[in-house]
Amino acid sequence: MKYIAKSTISGLIAGLLVTGGMLFAPHDALAWEPKKPVDFVIMAGPGGGADKMARLMQTIIEKHKLATKPFIPINKPGGSGAEALIYLNSAKGVNKDHTVMVTLNSFYTTPLRQPQLQIDISTFTPIGRMAEDSFLLWVHKDSGITNVTEFVKAAKAKGNNWIMAGTGKGQEDSLLTSFLNSAYGLKMKYVPYKGGGRVAKELAGKHADSTVNNPSEQLGFYQAGTTRPLAAFTPERLPLFPDAPTFRELGKSGMVYFMQRSVVGAPGMSKGAAKYYQRVFKKVYQTSEWQGYMKKKSLRGEFLTGKKLKEYWVTEKKNHAKMLKDIGEI
Amino acid sequence: MEILSLLTDGFVIVFQPLNLGLIILGCALGLFIGAMPGLGSVNGVAILLPMTFIVPPTGAVIFLAAIYYGAMYGGAVSSIMLGIPGASTAVATTFDGRPMALQGRADRALITAATASFIGGTISVLLFTAFAPPLAAVALAFGSPEEFALMLLAFATFIGLGGDDIPKTLFSIFIGLVLSSVGLDIISGQPRLIFGDIPGFYHGINFLVLAIGIYGIGEILWTIEISGGEVNVAQAKLSFRRMVDGLRGMKSLLKATIMGSFLGYFVGILPAAGATPGSLMAYGVAKATSRKPETFGKGNPEGIAAPEAANNAASTGSMLPMLTLGIPGSPTTAILLGGMVIWGLEPGPLLFVEHKEFVWGLIASLYVANLFSLLLNIGLIPAFIWVLKLPFTILAPMIFILCVVGGYAPTKDMHDVWLMLIFGVAGYLMRKLDYPMAPVVLAIVLGPLAETSMRQSLIISHGSPMIFFNRPIAGTIMIVALVLLFMPAIKAVKDYLARRRVSDPSA
Repeated sequence: MKYIAKSTISGLIAGLLVTGGMLFAPHDALAWEPKKPVDFVIMAGPGGGADKMARLMQTIIEKHKLATKPFIPINKPGGSGAEALIYLNSAKGVNKDHTVMVTLNSFYTTPLRQPQLQIDISTFTPIGRMAEDSFLLWVHKDSGITNVTEFVKAAKAKGNNWIMAGTGKGQEDSLLTSFLNSAYGLKMKYVPYKGGGRVAKELAGKHADSTVNNPSEQLGFYQAGTTRPLAAFTPERLPLFPDAPTFRELGKSGMVYFMQRSVVGAPGMSKGAAKYYQRVFKKVYQTSEWQGYMKKKSLRGEFLTGKKLKEYWVTEKKNHAKMLKDIGEI
Repeated sequence: MEILSLLTDGFVIVFQPLNLGLIILGCALGLFIGAMPGLGSVNGVAILLPMTFIVPPTGAVIFLAAIYYGAMYGGAVSSIMLGIPGASTAVATTFDGRPMALQGRADRALITAATASFIGGTISVLLFTAFAPPLAAVALAFGSPEEFALMLLAFATFIGLGGDDIPKTLFSIFIGLVLSSVGLDIISGQPRLIFGDIPGFYHGINFLVLAIGIYGIGEILWTIEISGGEVNVAQAKLSFRRMVDGLRGMKSLLKATIMGSFLGYFVGILPAAGATPGSLMAYGVAKATSRKPETFGKGNPEGIAAPEAANNAASTGSMLPMLTLGIPGSPTTAILLGGMVIWGLEPGPLLFVEHKEFVWGLIASLYVANLFSLLLNIGLIPAFIWVLKLPFTILAPMIFILCVVGGYAPTKDMHDVWLMLIFGVAGYLMRKLDYPMAPVVLAIVLGPLAETSMRQSLIISHGSPMIFFNRPIAGTIMIVALVLLFMPAIKAVKDYLARRRVSDPSA
């Protein structure tokens, strides 16, 4: 009963909005709206940066009633996001208009590394780039390592017994591990886990020697004093970790790397649906909750959508193709 | 004693009329969500999320936790009544719950499930209250090698001490393991066993599809065969006396219940596991330590008490990694995590220090939700029994529809519905040939966890299996598991020697 009553109310609100729309913007009168709950696919495991962010977006959408139907988050972390990409690619019929995904940089790398999946990301529908996330190099406090020089010394001594935990082959953290290995002549061993939250836990539990995590993934442990950031893969120091220098300051000017936090729609999504989701996520971006989260978790970047987002993807895909070639992945 | 005063503060929060109302509403909704296959608590909680914005954050989390708790109770209901696991966590309850219902002991099964859930819930909340911080350290100490050792132990309990035909059990486990390896490989990302290029296999075989198939569909086929047209299959009886007797009967199940509670709680706090593996492992251990292991799967109430106690205990347990490590142990806790993020609560070791009222309000609400779920469940037993009294001609189509919905809902892919029907027929045939079903389900649930942790460990150790033995926790568990695994072989040799002695009088 509650739910019925609720949907009547939201129906009424939607009705009012539509009438309002008719008065003020006639071309919106027949605007598309979801006909069933929206599949909100997460291209990563539970507890990681992408997962937390997706759940925050879902909550913001519900709280501000930005959509008439609920967004149901589903984690599809398999195969460095291949599972999620295939899921979107194979959405049929009405599902094409009801499937959106929170994505990261494996959006470029997984199809590049696995051409047999036959995924062409230029066919995916651009919804919105919500932010760009940064990375830092982390160690456990008990390792006694306080700077990159000590890190390099310790990692060199342990050779390929030095464990770097990450989220999967071709993922952002594996690229950065390869960068570090070649920049400092290291042989760190990369071990994949499901999701950045799990990776952070492996470091806190001393099962790994180091990680490359987003700020949001290590924040809890960092605040408790368990883990320590050594350096950031950003052009400037992150306000959240003022003591961690950037790799650029340390003389590695090429080691700047960001990860997109974007929302994409299934290939072949109708124009009306795409417009609808673009509007929803633009509103999410503008809420004080999202802005607050960006500030708190050291996220950056303005909202991109439509053609601009597609252009961004083209550039980033090219960059990643080069990176993967440089480290011999493709 | 600081904890006690914190907990008292928690109770003060819970007993505010609004929060108490939210708990009761949450338990009732959860019961319904848990009992309906396909609704599952993930969709249920997601749909109900908007309701939580009307109330303050603590109330909201209490509400979500109550739904979560109620769903744990509810899952058992459809497992027992219809033979379809209403939620993934209730799969193990089907093993003995459904046979009991068919024998006309549905009331006893339901009472056992509710009471065991209550005991499991209570023990886990007590453990949570007293030992949350040290147990968080245990969760941290568990790396991949320890996880693999634990998984091996779970398999071992299914082989080692059971009264089943060992070769058939092994066969069932291997079938389950093969099915669990379908889909994208976790390390390389390459697709495996996708039968040419069928897209539906990329996401792997959802174990609920398998469980609903072999238990739900297989059950209908089996019932049609044994009843041969008889319309009333389950003789459902109910009286006040029988209910009191059922409660009295709990005394003999205390061992299985308490064991299930501790095991479930412990497995629940491990970030990778959660309530489903917890309940399956509890079933295995209950069987292994039972005096009558051969009656498991044929309607032994111990086979209900152990997994039900375990899944409730695990659901409390999985709050721990979520609150202290920020890693949700189940999809439902993941939704709770989303709620916490928007309320500005940062999960991590400091949550217990900085947001005391939130943490202890949550714990206190678990106590209360547990009690209300029990009362609600016992009170509703007559209604559940009434469903069982429906003629099979009405019940069977109902079960069939619920099976299809339950198979379709998690992935929204017709592929899974066809797969479920195939599993149903295969399950029926296996049953005719007397192959045990539970090991298949166990293998498909634990297979991926075991594989991931084994491969991670071997990458760390450069391929050396010694990593499983030279770490204290992993090593101890491994040795216990191996002893259990080889128990049947040792026993066979002993029996053989004993027989030779008897047949050879000169010795």
